[in-house]
Parts: sequence; structure tokens; C-alpha cells
Amino acid sequence: MLNSSIGRKLIMALSGAFLIIFLTQHLLINLTSLIPDNGKLFNIISHFMGNNPVVQFVLQPILIAGVIIHFTMGMYLEVLNQRTRQVSYIVYSGKSGASWASRNMIISGLVILAFLIMHFYDFWVPEMVYKYVEFNPLDENRYFHELQEKFYKGGVVKVIMYCVSFILLGLHLSHGFSSSLQSMGINKGPIKLITVLFSVLVPLGFIIIAIFHYTTTNIH
Amino acid sequence: MKLNLKIWRQKNNKSKGMIHDYVLDGVEEDMSFLEMLDYLNNKLLNEGKEPVAFDHDCREGICGSCSLFINGVAHGPEKGTTTCQLHMRKFKDGETVYVEPFRAKAFPVIKDLIVDRSSFDRIQQAGAYISVNTSGNTQDANSIPIPKQNADEAFNAATCIGCGACVASCKNSSAMLFTSAKVSQFSLLPQGQVERESRVLNMVNQMDLEGFGACTNTGACEAQCPKGISVKNIARMNREYIMANVKK
Ligand code: HEM
Ligand code: FES
Repeated sequence: MLNSSIGRKLIMALSGAFLIIFLTQHLLINLTSLIPDNGKLFNIISHFMGNNPVVQFVLQPILIAGVIIHFTMGMYLEVLNQRTRQVSYIVYSGKSGASWASRNMIISGLVILAFLIMHFYDFWVPEMVYKYVEFNPLDENRYFHELQEKFYKGGVVKVIMYCVSFILLGLHLSHGFSSSLQSMGINKGPIKLITVLFSVLVPLGFIIIAIFHYTTTNIH
Repeated sequence: MKLNLKIWRQKNNKSKGMIHDYVLDGVEEDMSFLEMLDYLNNKLLNEGKEPVAFDHDCREGICGSCSLFINGVAHGPEKGTTTCQLHMRKFKDGETVYVEPFRAKAFPVIKDLIVDRSSFDRIQQAGAYISVNTSGNTQDANSIPIPKQNADEAFNAATCIGCGACVASCKNSSAMLFTSAKVSQFSLLPQGQVERESRVLNMVNQMDLEGFGACTNTGACEAQCPKGISVKNIARMNREYIMANVKK
């Protein structure tokens, strides 16, 4: 079944939906960094996420596998789908009936992939080095300052790169959210409305967080 | 009115085609698009030239024979209309009109604007039928109660004329709308239950074998379908396909 066109889309849909759930919890945790408690709550949660063995050695590998499955299958489908029309149309009105986001999932997807590589380099690699290479002592209060420093040091260029990526993430989700349900056979209820809300609010949340820390960290 | 026609001409499946320019004067608003092509062909014949080959049969919008990709849209600019029911009043005097065949690897060009859509026939043959018990005590279909909503949805799916506009408009040349309409029309009705699982498995398998693409859910198919077949049928087929595999 997983070798059929519908099966491949099911893999796409399940991995995409899993990433949506991950993204939601990621946003909720990051939002705590906006609370004016000098990063207290954010530090507590980050410390838990960074040191709980289930999160570290079960959920994190699943997440990485999910990302890899998703973008590998996405690129594979794109290649297969490109081969289905050998002679292209001279005039092809893509506008008639299909949104830009839906027709260019591979473009928004590849931007997200580039972002993820940058994001891993910014946060995940230093974190792994800190914990498993240099074996630094546990410090429950470092996370908030690390976050502030990243945006402060990265400067306006980094903030813009983050914000642009979030906009493309929004476009990816503006199609992906409802599309994944459709691929799983679900097409009932207020799916369109939820899709719009999710694909606007979630990227907006991340954008606000990035800009907030960039503009408020000047004290350091 | 006068039109600048840019029509795809291709001698046969082996040869490379190209766009030919025709300036056609004297087109009337009340002509259908196919009548306009008839008019062009008459002119070409009188000039001793090869007429443009195109598919058609009923010219009533019910058989699904006519096709054509007109100015980048399957069946042209009018929504919910086949090419044979499209009228020239939808075009402006002096307009440039591109006419191309439906393009997909699974729809090879036979000549000019005619493509081979027998891949659709093979998908149908793979499962779009029901077993009829001919023992003599077959129940009259009208005596089987069917929920109104199921009857309506099955009927709507059954209005698919199999023209291939969904494939032609899809960026992936996917045949999911067509196949899902054919699957839905049976799976919604009691008569279709006997082969419910094998039908969807075999039809999707055949669809993949023919070289159609996967569905990205862009919705171009629904928008350009002359019969307005809903992508809800695709969700239903995904459901049927997944369930049939689970039960297998
Ligand atoms: C890592 C880089 C990524 C790439 C290269 C990528 C690529 C793609 C592509 C090409 C599709 C369309 C597949 C098709 O229908 O033919 C797609 C669909 C989707 N993507 Fe991504 N994507 C990426 C990241 C993400 C992320 C981070 C999320 C969620 C937070 C996500 C969520 C989705 C969803 C929900 C779908 C819809 C699945 C469906 O249509 O069934 N993607 N992706
Ligand atoms: S010729 Fe029959 S539908 Fe157009």
C-alpha cells in the first residue's frame, strides 16, 4: 500500500501532521519566553525538554526521523509528479483553481529545510556540543540568556531570515494543514477555517518571539 | 469576429508537434468552439490543406469526447462547461486563442488535438462495475431504501463524463478526481458493496500503472471539471483505499 500514490501521500500526510503537532508545542514553549519573569518559566521547561531521557532519546529521534521522511518523500513525489507530463503546455493557467501555496509546496518546503539547517546550527548543534561533547555542568538557567544572545548576536539579518522562513512556513501550512487531512480521507467540518487560523497564527507567534528578543536584548 | 488562433499540430504520436498560427475571420458569436473549428477546417479543406483533427461526439456536453486546453484551461474559460458547449461569445474580437491537446504521459497524442484516453477505460475495467445476480430473484433496485444524501452524492459522482479535464488541469497529471468519482458512485450504494474493497484496490493500482501522478490536493481538477465533481470524492477514495488495505 505504501508504494501506491495514495500510500505515499499518506506518509506525507502523517509525517506532516506529526510535524504540525511538534510545531504547536514548540510555539507554546517559546511563547513562555515572552512572559516578563526574566525567563524563569522558559528555563524550567527548556531544562526539562533538554534533559528528560524520554524527550532526548525517544521523542527527539522520532522528530528527526519524521522530518527526514517528510522532506525525502516530498522530493521523491515531486520528481515522480514532474515526470507525468513530458510535453509541457505552452499556456498553462495555474491560477485557475489552485492556490500558489498548493502548487509550490516544494519551494516553501525547501526554504523550510534551509531554515531548519540554519536553526539546527544555531540552537541544536551548540546544545549537543554543550551537553555531550564538552560535558559542561548542568545549568538550569542558561537557556533564556542563550536565546536572547542568539538573536542579539545574529543581528537584523538573522531576524529577517527567520521571519521570511516563518512566512514560507505559513504558506506551506496554509495548504498543508487541510491537505494532510484530505490525504487521510478527512474532508468534513470547518477544516478551511482552522487551516487559515493555524497557518496565520503559528508563524505569527514565532515572528513576534524573534522580533521581541531582538529588540529587547540591547541591555546585554 | 476575427481570431488569432494558435493551434497545436502534430502529425502522429511519433512526430514532434508545434503551434501553427491561423487568422480566422468571420467567426460568429453563436458558434460553439467546435463549430468554430469546423469552420476553420472547411476553410483549410478549400485551400487544399490538412484539417485540424479534434475529438467530439455528442456536442451536448454529455459524452466526454471533446477535450482541448484553451488558453491554459481545460475546456476553456467558462466554468462548468465542456468545449462543445462553449460559445464564441466568451471570446473577444481580435483575441489570441491557444488551443492545445490535453497533456499527460498517460494521454499520448494521436494526432493534432486528439489524445488517447484509453487509460481511463482500463481504470474503469479494473473495477468500475457491479456483480449482478441474474438468478431470477434479483431485487428491484427501486425497492432498496437508500439514504437521500448517499443517493445524491452517488448521483453527483456519476455525472463524471470521463473527459480527462482533471488530468489535463492537474500539475501532476493526476487521475484522482476521475477515479474517485467512479469509486464513489459505487461505494455509496448497496449494489456496490460486494466488490467494495477489491474495486478501490484494483482501480487505484491501474491508475498508478498508467503513469498518472499523485494528488497534491491543489483543487485545479475540481475548478476545471465541466461537471463540478467535488474533491470530497478524493477524500472518500483515500478513506476507502486505506480501509481496504487495513482489512486485507
Ligand atoms: C523540511 C522541509 C520540508 C519539505 C522539503 C517539505 C516538502 C513538502 C512537499 C513537497 C509537500 C507536498 C507533497 C505533495 O502533495 O506532493 C509537503 C506537504 C506537507 N507538508 Fe511539508 N515539507 C517540509 C517541511 C514541513 C514542515 C516543517 C511541516 C509542518 C510543520 C510540513 C507540513 C506539511 C504538511 C501538513 C503537508 C501536507 C501533506 C499532504 O498533502 O498530505 N512540512 N511538504
Ligand atoms: S462532444 Fe460530447 S461532451 Fe463535448
